[in-house]
Order: sequence, then structure tokens, then C-alpha cells
Amino acid sequence: MPIYEIVFYAFSLVMLAGAVGVITVRNPVYAALCLVLTFFSASAIWMLLEAEFLAIILIVVYVGAVMVLFLFVVMMLDINVAPLKEGFIRYLPVGILVAALMAAELLVLIWSKGRFEAGAYPLPAPNPEEYSNTKAVGEWLFTNYLLAFEVAGVILLVAIIAAVALTLRHRAGGHRQNPSHQVRVERDERVRLVKMKPEPRQGS
Amino acid sequence: MNSTNMLLAAPELWVMVMACVILIVDLYLGEERRGIIHMLAILTLVFAAIITLRADYAADGVREAFAFNGSYIRDTMGDVLKLFSFLILAIVYTYAKFCLRQFRMFRADFYTLSLFALLGVMLLISANSLVMIYLGLELISLSSYALVAFDRDSRLGSEAAIKYFVLGSMASGMLLYGMSMIYGATGTMDLGQVAQAVRSVGSDDPLLVFGLVFLVVGLAFKLGVVPFHMWIPDVYQGAPVVTTLFISSVPKMAAFAMAIRLLQTGLVDMQADWSQMLSILAVLSIILGNVAAIAQTNIKRMLAYSTISHMGFVLMGLLPGTAMGYGAGMFYVIVYSLMSAAGFGMVILLSARGVEAEKLDDFKGLNQRNSWYAAIMAMVMFSMAGVPVFVGFFAKWMVIKAALDAGLMWLAIIAVIFSVVGAFYYLRVVKLMYFDEPLTEAEIDAPVDFRAAISLNGIMMIGLGIFSSSLIAVCMASFGA
Repeated sequence: MPIYEIVFYAFSLVMLAGAVGVITVRNPVYAALCLVLTFFSASAIWMLLEAEFLAIILIVVYVGAVMVLFLFVVMMLDINVAPLKEGFIRYLPVGILVAALMAAELLVLIWSKGRFEAGAYPLPAPNPEEYSNTKAVGEWLFTNYLLAFEVAGVILLVAIIAAVALTLRHRAGGHRQNPSHQVRVERDERVRLVKMKPEPRQGS
Repeated sequence: MNSTNMLLAAPELWVMVMACVILIVDLYLGEERRGIIHMLAILTLVFAAIITLRADYAADGVREAFAFNGSYIRDTMGDVLKLFSFLILAIVYTYAKFCLRQFRMFRADFYTLSLFALLGVMLLISANSLVMIYLGLELISLSSYALVAFDRDSRLGSEAAIKYFVLGSMASGMLLYGMSMIYGATGTMDLGQVAQAVRSVGSDDPLLVFGLVFLVVGLAFKLGVVPFHMWIPDVYQGAPVVTTLFISSVPKMAAFAMAIRLLQTGLVDMQADWSQMLSILAVLSIILGNVAAIAQTNIKRMLAYSTISHMGFVLMGLLPGTAMGYGAGMFYVIVYSLMSAAGFGMVILLSARGVEAEKLDDFKGLNQRNSWYAAIMAMVMFSMAGVPVFVGFFAKWMVIKAALDAGLMWLAIIAVIFSVVGAFYYLRVVKLMYFDEPLTEAEIDAPVDFRAAISLNGIMMIGLGIFSSSLIAVCMASFGA
């Protein structure tokens, strides 16, 4: 067995185990950590496909940013897991039926017509030494997939607008600072000069 | 085809820029000058329509042009659907301004989010690759989720938004799964090349069929046809009525265009397969939509079930796979959007002082309160029921004719029977308005632009019916029929 096969199977198994863990583990923090493990294994498999850029992006963005944020949220919210499990048994038969159907269909697909047999797809030729995966991805993003790339940006903008629109509230009693108001403050608003009669010094 | 012909996408670019401009302008406007936002939004739509109309891309008699390396397509169908999107969104904005003011929710977010949704609609209508279809759809969906939760203090609204979000994400997942299968079998994401690849691979390839099933499921979710309709009644009822007005009209046209692009452009050789799937969806929708609507006492819910049955009719136009059928489906979806806008517009009109008139009883004795509004609502209901002379009749007639031409007699018979069943609940609204005593004598007043818009929208029901042949001709010409 060549080394890349061993690496592939090892990381695939870890990835599957991680994915199963995400949905079976009781504690949401462990589930999030299992997802991190899944992402790591996926990125290793990408590395095996010589897609370094995607592999690193997966770790930097998903593991580094998204999952850490997710963990923060999970830890800050005191989620009571018990009510989430309600109805699990009741819906289990339907769930199993659907899952079994899907799995059966997938298996039929995999075994049909020899599409996924060993040797159906030859190994791609290795890239030349100076080939840069990052450069290739960048080139495609800004030429062939320019529109898709820009629209993805618009989608992120919409996500920001939606998040702000749904959560920003100006409470009546809130103590907010208004910098422009603070800068424009007049002397009269802070100092009050009081005219009073001079008082004779006591005890002289 | 390999050029980045950016000017073709000028309408999209204009809408995107203006959505961002409105977003920024709003920062500098106080509560009392929000009307400017409304004017800007209407201006955006007007100029978008002008830009769309001025495009000159017909070469050698073929009205079809590609941009962005084939991922974007301009054609007659797309242009007509876009123009109607602008018209209907302008009507929606006119209704929305009145409604948002009454409910003290007149914020610019509604305008920016719905303009971004419009951008998604336009991109989806013009999508010519699997990626663009997915991205356009997500842009519409994300904006719609936020719009459903727009009334932040409404528990029903938040619940509806969560349901919509979860089911919508699942549908997107299904669609993506299907797309990945299609990509796996054909090795390309460009819909034109997918069609070629399908021809060479053979349309009975199990991987393609498997992908097609998931595509159709995703599509059915987005159109909201049985058995993937569960979200429609809850979302329509739970969302603020302005949002319901929006999501029930404009995005439906995009969903139709998506079906055309995926099924007619991409997978046309698998017509025998998807035709069967669509016929099951269509029959179930027409039956369930019309029967379940009878039991509703909430007009938003009733119109939601009526949407389900209308979408069944649209699918019925698609499934014969003929140019006549596609044209009929396109005509139906445009007419449906106009009818739906008018129907929810009436709900907005009757909503007073921040209370939505969502009970059927709110329509009682409308004729005594204001006979013109009652007449408009009656026209809308007649049109939805498919009474002759009104435009809804011609829409149904064209679709059923397309099914008959394709030899689908049984489908046509079911459609006719359940249209008659459906007529019951539409006519019940008419009966409530004309023969029942009003619950309140409160005056119905609305600003002049609202009255103009709803009158125009109501007159369209009969005007487009009498002069339906030109619009039908345009729809048919889009598909070369």
C-alpha cells in the first residue's frame, strides 16, 4: 500500500469518527471540538490533493475563527441539553428510514457502472515544482469566477446588514457616548459661574 | 462567449450600487425624512427598468448574450421577468411605506434588504451556471430570512424566521448535493456545457438521475410545492404582512427562472425523468393547496395555501417540456405575482393602527365601508379563482392547454376539478364582503400613492385579462413558441 493511501485512509477514518462524534456527543463543547477534529482531517486530505491553499484556509478560517467563536457562544450560553433531546425517540424511526434510504441509494450509485471502481480515475499527474496552488485559485477567482466571487461578497454584506438590523437596539435608558456631541461641548454646559456677595472672613 | 462583457450586467450593477447608496444615505437621515429612502428606492427601480430596456445585445437575430465567461446570460425571458420584478417591487414599496409607517417600523433596512433580495432575484434569473444559481438563491434567501424576522418584538415572526431559516438551509443543502452530483457526472458547472455533457454521458446515468432528484427536491422547497410546502403557511402567517407581500411575489418569478435554467437549459435531455417528478408535485400541490385553504380563517394562511396550489399550476406548465408550456408557466408566474401583490395589498389597506387585518372576518361588509376597495378585492379573488375575463383565467387556461397538448389528460382533469373546489374559498371572501354586515364602521383611508397603486393593481386583474394576448405573446416569444 503506497503511503498516500495510508494517509488518506487514516485521515478519512478520523474524519468520519469526528463527524459521528459531532452528532452523538452529549456535551455541546465536545461536539464543537469534534467538529474541529473533522475540519483538521479534511484539511489534511486536501493537502494530499495538493490543494494547500484550501487546506490552510480551512484551518485558519474555520478552525481559527469560526469554531473558536462558536465555542465562545456555546460556553457563554448555558444550554440545557435535556429539552433538545425531547422527541428524539419519537422521530427516530422516520429519521432512520430516511437515512437508510439515502444510504442505500448512495451504495447503489457507488456500485453501479463501475464509476467508482479502483482505477476508474487515474492519479492526476503531479504538478511541476514551481506550481503555486494559491496563485491558481486566485487567477480563477478573478477571471472565470469573478461574478460568483463578487456575489459571495454581497451575500456577506447582506449577512452583516441582517445581523445589525435584527439585533441593534437603542434602549431608552442606555448610557451611550456621542463623540461628536462630546467634542462640541460648550463652556456653558460644564461650568456655571455664580455671582455671590463677598463674605467677610470668619474669625478675623 | 469567453469575454467578460460586464456592461451586459448593468441592471444588476445599478441595483447593487443603489442598495449600498441607500444603506449609507440612511445614516444621515432622521426619522422624519425617511421618505427620501422610499423615493430613492423607487428611483432605483425606474432606472433599473430603463437600463434593462435600453440594452442592445441581439446579434444575428438571437436575443441571447453571455457575460462573465458564460456564467451570466441575458435573454428575453430574463428581461421580461426582471421588468416585472421591478414593477411589482415598486408596487410592494408603495404598499410597504403605508404599512411600515402605521406599524412604526419605517426603517431603511426593509428597503436595503429587499433591494439586495431583488439583486438575488435578478442574478438568479440571469444565472447560467450552477454556482450562480446557488449564489443568487442564497442572496434571496438570506435577505428573506431577515425580512421575516423584521418585526423584532413579534414572537410569531421570530418563530417563522427560524422555521424558514432551518428549512431553507436544508433545501439549499439538498440543492447543493444535487448540483455536486451533476457536476460529478458532467464535469462542468456551465449549464450549456452540462446539457452537452448529459447528451454524451447518456441521460440514464444513475449519478445524473440521483443528482436530478435532489435538484428537484431543492427546487420544490423553494417554490413551496407539496410535499415540501410545510414552511409556507407558517412563514406567511408569522411574517409581518409587508414581508409576506414581498416574499410571495417577486422571488416566485426567480424560482420559476431557476427551474427553467436548471431543467430546460441544463437537463433538457432528462425531461422524461423530471417531467414525472414534477407531475407528482403539481398534482399534490393543486389538491392539497385548494383543499387545505378551505379550512383557513386567517387570510394570510388562506393565501399561503392558495400560493401552493398556484405553484402547482406553474409546475404543470413546465412539465410537458414544450415551448408552449414554458411560455404558459412564465405567464402564470407573472400573473400570480401581480395577484398576490394585490391580495396582500388589500390586507395592508384594512390593517389599521398597527393591527393586521389577517382574519377573514375583517373583510366582512367591506362593500358598505368602501365599495371601490371591495370591488378591487373581488377582482383579485375572481382572478385567483380563474373566472373568465379576469387574467387568472387565461393563466390557468394556457397551462391546462399546454398539458392537454402534451397528452396529459388526467392532469388537466384534476387541475380543473380542484380549481372549482378552490373557487369556493375565493368566492367566500367575495360573499363576506358583499353580503355580510361589517364588524366596524371605521373609515378606510390611505395616502394617495397607495390608492393609486392598489387601484392600478386591481384594474390589471381585468385589464390584463382583456388584453392578455400581448403579454402571452411576449412570454411565448421568450421560448420561441
